[in-house]
Amino acid sequence: MRTYDYSAPASIDEALAALKEYGDDAEFIAGGTSLILMMQQGLVQPGKVIGLGNIKELRGIKRSADGGLEVGAMTTHRQLETSPEAFAYAAALPQSLGVIATIRIRNQATLGGNLVHADPAQDPPPVLIALDATIDVVKAGGGARSIAMESFFTDYFETTIGEDELLRSVKVPPMPAGSRLAYKKFLPRTEDDYATVSVAVRLGVNPDGTCKDIRIGLGALAVTPLRGKAVEKALLGQKLTPESIREAAALVRDEVDPLDDVRGSAGYKREMARVWTERTIASLAGVELKAKA
Amino acid sequence: MSVHQISFELNGKPVERSVGPEVLMADLLRDDIGLTGTKIGCSIGVCGACSILVDGTLMSGCLLPAIMVDGRKVTTIEGIAPSEDELSPLQDAFIRKGGFQCGICTSGQIIAATALLAQNAKPTREEIKEWMMGNLCRCTGYYKIIDSIEAAAGIDRANV
Repeated sequence: MRTYDYSAPASIDEALAALKEYGDDAEFIAGGTSLILMMQQGLVQPGKVIGLGNIKELRGIKRSADGGLEVGAMTTHRQLETSPEAFAYAAALPQSLGVIATIRIRNQATLGGNLVHADPAQDPPPVLIALDATIDVVKAGGGARSIAMESFFTDYFETTIGEDELLRSVKVPPMPAGSRLAYKKFLPRTEDDYATVSVAVRLGVNPDGTCKDIRIGLGALAVTPLRGKAVEKALLGQKLTPESIREAAALVRDEVDPLDDVRGSAGYKREMARVWTERTIASLAGVELKAKA
Repeated sequence: MSVHQISFELNGKPVERSVGPEVLMADLLRDDIGLTGTKIGCSIGVCGACSILVDGTLMSGCLLPAIMVDGRKVTTIEGIAPSEDELSPLQDAFIRKGGFQCGICTSGQIIAATALLAQNAKPTREEIKEWMMGNLCRCTGYYKIIDSIEAAAGIDRANV
């Protein structure tokens, strides 16, 4: 690995000042599980690396007064996975972190690092899209902005985050009353693999069985994580039955644009997207799917 | 390029080194400090051979820049026995129960299991499997590794 200059500032302001000084020759390092590998392979060759480990403002998991949740960028996957605050918000959120790689990697990898890395097969993005999360970003020289999770990713390993910006935290709004979250990661190869496809759904059902709330996040199904808007639109306000769920889930095939890779062909993943969308919605709705005649 | 003075506690003893930011913990331990019990297998954080504890937390030495352990406590396989003449319960159990074959993964297995038993003194077999999923044994001696961890935890499988 090529060497580089390194500093580990103690505040966000100092980190941003260092970023401004070095411009696009600088990279932030959080847990390092992705950046170290990319530097070893020569895919990234920064002249300056800015360590974020000493910045206390980037740590911590807080429940907000309105019932939402704010997670600091430097929170490790394992901290979020074992957080009572996250569990109280929605059990499937910490559980979705528990299916990433192995405990050892989850002890090192951070949520902020995961998001800016922007690998389309990662697990937190579809979950955070389903939860309507926003990303809080601070800018060198002052200023901050919030980005909706669903528009954060722009391309394969690319996000809207600028060369002069730092991801500070992730905020999820309170769960709508009665809504629940589920995340399904389809792993036909090994338990510690990246998802072949993954589906996160937040669903609320009215007493009459109609759909009150639905948001769908899709992972590993395009060059970026996606939101399953057509499926949401088809079900919102409709009665949730095996037939309506099957019909709506089929629409996901036209929303995704998967890549052929070792985990399957694009056509196979498209079909698995339909299957897992249908199953995830049905499990949350308490609807039993009938075998296809 | 920058050089950094780091100081940390290694297996209970203070260590000071000056390192470049690109130096990884597994390399510092093996090549500079001379503790070769920590192995390097895949070098990409998958196999677990380089498992170490940092402030008691299980980590991959091959993905961890040495500068990140500044001010922290590092434990390697050389540091888990209570004394020169005594093995840790896990080390002892791995020998008694045949928890290794070729031995290349064993340091990592024992370090990972040490972290497990520190926070879950009586894990179930399923909990052991889930925790140890990140430590590969290419001799595939997994059952005896699990048996060894159960033995170290004082779990008598005949009575479970």
